[in-house]
Amino acid sequence: MAITREEVEHIAELAKLYLTEEEKEKMQRQLSAILDYFAMLQEIDTSLIPPTATVLPLRNVMREDTPAPSFDRDKILANAPQKVEGYVKVKVVLE
Amino acid sequence: MESALHHLSIYQAHKLLKEGQTTSVELTEAVLRQIEKVEGLVKAYITITPELALKQARLSDEKILRHRKAGESFSPLLGIPISIKDIICTEGIRTTCASRILENFIPPYDATVVKKLKEAGAVIVGKTNLDEFAMGSSTENSAFFPTRNPWDLERVPGGSSGGSAAAVAAGECLGSLGTDTGGSVRQPAAFCGVTGLKPSYGRVSRYGLVAFASSLDQIGPITKDVTDAALLLSVIAGHDPKDSTSVDYPVPDYLKALVPEVKGVKVGVPKEYFIEGMEEGVEKAIREAIDCLEELGAEVVEISLPHTKYALPTYYLIAPAEASANLARYDGVKYGLYIPASELWEEYRLTRGNGFGPEVKRRIMLGTYALSAGYYDAYYLKAQKVRTLIKKDFDEAFEKVDVIVAPTSPTVAFKLGEKVEDPLKMYLSDVFTIPVNLAGICAISIPCGFSEGLPVGLQVMGPAFGEEKILRVAYAYEQATQWHLKRPPL
Repeated sequence: MAITREEVEHIAELAKLYLTEEEKEKMQRQLSAILDYFAMLQEIDTSLIPPTATVLPLRNVMREDTPAPSFDRDKILANAPQKVEGYVKVKVVLE
Repeated sequence: MESALHHLSIYQAHKLLKEGQTTSVELTEAVLRQIEKVEGLVKAYITITPELALKQARLSDEKILRHRKAGESFSPLLGIPISIKDIICTEGIRTTCASRILENFIPPYDATVVKKLKEAGAVIVGKTNLDEFAMGSSTENSAFFPTRNPWDLERVPGGSSGGSAAAVAAGECLGSLGTDTGGSVRQPAAFCGVTGLKPSYGRVSRYGLVAFASSLDQIGPITKDVTDAALLLSVIAGHDPKDSTSVDYPVPDYLKALVPEVKGVKVGVPKEYFIEGMEEGVEKAIREAIDCLEELGAEVVEISLPHTKYALPTYYLIAPAEASANLARYDGVKYGLYIPASELWEEYRLTRGNGFGPEVKRRIMLGTYALSAGYYDAYYLKAQKVRTLIKKDFDEAFEKVDVIVAPTSPTVAFKLGEKVEDPLKMYLSDVFTIPVNLAGICAISIPCGFSEGLPVGLQVMGPAFGEEKILRVAYAYEQATQWHLKRPPL
């Protein structure tokens, strides 16, 4: 299945991924080839098969809600590119 | 050469430490000397921590002395120099995932496996190279440099744990921890002529492992032999309250599973794993290994895993889908690369567009596409349904046989640059390892010969939480052969 240039741009926008013109061209070609190969999955009738999201029989694992020390604030913030007064700094999301 | 300290197995080194014939400092210095000698050629490490290692070694020697004076036994990892794939968090030591986006990331905590290794007294020598975020089969996707195969420097070490496998093969550490999402421990182990074990999903805690595909990722040992794999697994396995997908099953002493005896063990050989396109020399080595198991008394039967050919597309939809969600966190806000722009969304786009390499971008795109409106049912949900069928194939096979044997990879190590421009061709080198991850079962790759001078790996697969079974068969084969003792001519 061929994927269009517009689709590449739409997916890149969903993924918040800047791509150069050259990257877009390459991505269109490579994703089309990969998706073509994947079309073989449509050969299998899976109408009665349940999906597997995890191989474990576990669901909603709970633990006691007990207080414990958390990470040191400065240590966590040490990796943040921008910080102010003990907080991570970001640009405004809503005006 | 065989007697050189850096070429010892963990178990052999432990024996010498126990008898007072060597010290952790001597072992660590031998490894550091070997790194100095060969690292310029192999390039297995992203970060080497010699001062820290020697400090840990001196502390280990003090502990060993005390244990010896008291006549006590001690952990087989105490004082042993090991390396860790650079996608597993180490407190205070840079953890890059071989990505520009995390080039300067210093984790504020240790992964649970690292904590366990430290508690057992292991000496950490450094962090090994990988394909960026563990996405790849050759270690060429590292943002920093490719690692080379110690058996032939023109060839890849496999991937994504190529740095770990190359370091173990080259004597640049005594053992290593890698990660395996679609074969990333087993395939490089096979390419470098060492042993690599992928534990069952849920056997080892993933806390502190930077997430790639959360329903598939597992941490596993890469070692010089089966004994060392058992020994490392015994240390890292077990339930962890910090990883809700780690299962609360008891952890056996895996060394006890090492009985060189396979009489009556049922070994399945799946006909779908002997395909066109497999290298002649690889098939020959695998057939000979199967004959060897039969001579040792195993009962060999042909079996069928009918959905094998669908595993590759299934994996390359599920893993990128999970990756696209997991990698959404790299936005230049909390950690990592940050590229300023006039507004937030543009900062995200630029940071991610510049921070991720081509393969990571490709997988984010593929995963986002498979999860997007209009394609979710046709791709992602379809793949999850086929995953059910692949798992069922194994469930049914393990009703008839104890273990399944097959090649780890259809080829030996390929040349650098050979598959870089053709992602689909690169993906196909995982064709025999991927089904194990989709089914959540365990498998080990062990050396079983050479094809044109390059190592071939035999894969032994077992049911979920059947690590003792695969270790026993692998050990019996290893004891009957000498392949694991071969070292590259560096």
